[in-house]
Amino acid sequence: MVQLLTLLAGVPLGAGAHWVLARRSRRERNRGTDVELATFRTLHTASLAAPPLRAGLTEDTARKAVRRLRPLLGTPAMCLTDEHTMLAWDGAGEHHRPEVMSKAAQVLASGRPQLVEVGCPDPSCPVRWAAVAPLKVDGRVLGTLAAYGPEDSPVLVRATGEVARWAAVQLELAELDRSRRDLIEAEIRTLRAQISPHFVFNSLAAIASFVRTDPDRARELLLEFAEFTRYSFRRHGDFTTLADELRSIDQYLNLVRARFGDRLEVALRVAPEVLPVALPFLCLQPLVENAVKHGIEGRPERGRITIGADDAGAEARVVIEDDGVGMEADRLRAILRGEGGPSHGIGLGNVDERLRRVYGDEYGLVIETGVEAGMKITVRIPKYHPGVRISPPPAPRA
Amino acid sequence: MSHPYAIGAVIVVALATVLIGALGLRISRTTSDFYVASRTVNARLNGAAISGEYLSAASFLGIAGLILAHGVDMLWYPLGYTAGFLVLLLFVAAPLRRSGAYTVPDFAEARLESLAVRRTAGALVAGIGWLYLLPQLQGAGLTLQTVTGAPRWVGGVVVALVVTANVTAGGMRSITFVQAFQYWLKLTALLVPLLFLGFAWHSDGSPGADAARPVFHRSTVVRTDTAVRIAIGTPERVTVSGTVDGRTYAAAPLALAPGIHALDTATTLDFPPGAEVPAKADDPTGSAWGRPLSDRTQPHPLYTVYGLILATFLGAMGLPHVVVRFYTSPQGRAARRTTLVVLGLLGVFYLLPSLYGALARIYAPDLVLTGDTDVAVLVLPERLVGGTGGALLGALLAGGAFAAFLSTCSGLAVSVAGVLHQDVLPPMGIRGFRRAAVLAVATPTVCTLVAVGLPVADAVGLAFAVAASSLCPLLVLGIWWPRLTPPGAIAGALTGGGTALAAALLTMADVFPNGWPHVLLAWPAVWSVPLGFLVMVAVSLATPGRIPPGTAVVLARLHLPETVAATPARGDVG
Repeated sequence: MVQLLTLLAGVPLGAGAHWVLARRSRRERNRGTDVELATFRTLHTASLAAPPLRAGLTEDTARKAVRRLRPLLGTPAMCLTDEHTMLAWDGAGEHHRPEVMSKAAQVLASGRPQLVEVGCPDPSCPVRWAAVAPLKVDGRVLGTLAAYGPEDSPVLVRATGEVARWAAVQLELAELDRSRRDLIEAEIRTLRAQISPHFVFNSLAAIASFVRTDPDRARELLLEFAEFTRYSFRRHGDFTTLADELRSIDQYLNLVRARFGDRLEVALRVAPEVLPVALPFLCLQPLVENAVKHGIEGRPERGRITIGADDAGAEARVVIEDDGVGMEADRLRAILRGEGGPSHGIGLGNVDERLRRVYGDEYGLVIETGVEAGMKITVRIPKYHPGVRISPPPAPRA
Repeated sequence: MSHPYAIGAVIVVALATVLIGALGLRISRTTSDFYVASRTVNARLNGAAISGEYLSAASFLGIAGLILAHGVDMLWYPLGYTAGFLVLLLFVAAPLRRSGAYTVPDFAEARLESLAVRRTAGALVAGIGWLYLLPQLQGAGLTLQTVTGAPRWVGGVVVALVVTANVTAGGMRSITFVQAFQYWLKLTALLVPLLFLGFAWHSDGSPGADAARPVFHRSTVVRTDTAVRIAIGTPERVTVSGTVDGRTYAAAPLALAPGIHALDTATTLDFPPGAEVPAKADDPTGSAWGRPLSDRTQPHPLYTVYGLILATFLGAMGLPHVVVRFYTSPQGRAARRTTLVVLGLLGVFYLLPSLYGALARIYAPDLVLTGDTDVAVLVLPERLVGGTGGALLGALLAGGAFAAFLSTCSGLAVSVAGVLHQDVLPPMGIRGFRRAAVLAVATPTVCTLVAVGLPVADAVGLAFAVAASSLCPLLVLGIWWPRLTPPGAIAGALTGGGTALAAALLTMADVFPNGWPHVLLAWPAVWSVPLGFLVMVAVSLATPGRIPPGTAVVLARLHLPETVAATPARGDVG
């Protein structure tokens, strides 16, 4: 038994040792020239400094970046500042920290690299001269990079300037990342569906028709209307639960039914497991609105809408189906591209776009339809997706 | 004991499972039902569903068998299975729900912002799921064999087919209702026969487990699977086919003198009615059975008990099908309330298998002889009540056992398939989930056909041990320790889970048949759980630069009530 165990332990160990040895001998064979090696080393060091800088200029990222950048210049000390404060110091001579900003002030103002004498009473201190270079992004000086050395050399100034320029490019990319993220968020926000003005008008007209004949019903409907608008107009958060979304759809359908009476039949089948699933705010209501439009509007006979929500493993599947007039495939395609004109299906294209932005392209709407064949819309929602979080409702108002 | 009633009960349970799954939710045509439908699952229903999914073959059959064979120490099993939920309630339930994560891999990704940790957790979930599915399928084979005489492998394959068909056909759509139904079915299936057994026992003069040896009420055939030594108290005349004390008989009568007799493999003894039930020679007898730490078949009982306690207390939270259900709770508070309900329901249920174990000790000790202790629950009605009544009660128990296999297997299959579908197999859309489900069930089914012989509850114990040493540190440290880093999480989970799994495999392969190495490997939790925690903490401390930037935000979300944690959800990550 013991032999077996030794054997079991020995095999991976032996394999590992063999791998290490083979690697070392291979490396020695393809060393490359000294110049090549120096280039590789420099590029590698620079690539290590890039990730922290790509995250923007903060004390934390500056500390990590300056640690990587100092070997590039080989100076005894280096420091990074932003416009107002010193962010990080790496290397010897930390007692010079307090005076960094006074030396950097001129560079911050002029935007040109400079060589400054530091001067130190301690004869062993290697910090005598400082080459200070600006970090320029879009013509604006965001901060400075200072390299310290024992003597004044033009090489130090030039090298510091180059490193600062490289770092500035990384910061520029960071800025770009941030604005791209902002843009996507802004787009998602503008894409948030809004209640159609027609619906507001039609609902109020339908309620008005009940005010004399059935005041109680009119009051109920008005309350529904108030609830529905409160949900639709809420401004916080981009995500809601399927349960809340369905509740709002219920209110919507009550108002629609006030207008169409018995002509609208609704069937619902919801698996309770998927009710807490988070999904983009108001992304189902436009689909139901679409079903109502195609299911009964402009048709004399009764229309039927089926809404189903199922548990499908790691995702929830919502299906909204009507038995109405349907649509030609070409027209549907145009609508999804956003060319359908304002009266038709702004909702469909909008919902499709938002789902794709949030969950990725494979989660767009799946629409099955044909002329006079009704329409079936399937929405797939991952139960968990990084970044998708429900924003709970605000505390109830008094 | 081939009974048409039992086969009927099994078929009824399978059909009911499929039908409730497929049709249970065709509710509501009118508006008022809209509210009913859009209300989330309440704590009571969800609690019953979790309990239904959790009470596996190990609980329904295994515990009684273990108590019969090894004595009262095995009461730690039901205790540990329940206490696991107490730990879950205290440390994990509410924060996990607030995280918005749906599975352990989801949680790992949300908390540590790392795909590598997600993959590791996914692999562990699949491994633990398979390890847990194995004994379920084995138990199904055993039950079907006892009930119908079919070969051992049939039951496992039947359960695997029903579950796969059900999952791939989307039949588990209303899985919460199915599982809640299964809980009540299992409770009824144990409770009703127990009442009758209790009456029978009372009218028998309430014999105790340490009373004089029981006798066979009717002619009984004992068949040995392995070589055993039996102790005979009074002279008996039996009919033997096989080898006794080195001599071979072919359906010949034999007088067994009092003392120890050695039976060879595949020997059958036909005892006449009124004969005294023989005992295993090295079995704890009489009053020793009722004392703690008296089990002589296990060399280091105290260590064993601690291994069991650690594994079951901490392992429950790592079981893939348990954590998934908490997602159904609308908020953290509801998750906590659900756990409380689960504790109550499990507490009630686990009273019953222990009583079966004690009754089996009195009326079916010959099962220890043959090693088939897992069928103790199933044979008791026939022994005590007999006749049509006994057959009907036996059928109810068989149906309950199948409910246990089906519910646990379905839950595990869905969870494992979800992980395989999301993190392991290449993306294939909806069809991908079906393929993953087939793979999720097929793997352990093939394993049961190859590997045999591990007692049901033992194998479940190993699955618990692996979960306790890998996913438990990940969840507990992930929720409570802000300095956890992705490399630490991966290293700890792999070390803890890997060593526990290696121990499980070595135990199954029977590399060390006895002594300390066997005990250490059979009950790995005592050393593998601390090892998992230690490695996770040490590697995290060694890689302080890798603490995910969003840690503070995520922890705030995990621990603050939902309404308070709303505001800082955004930003701070860039």
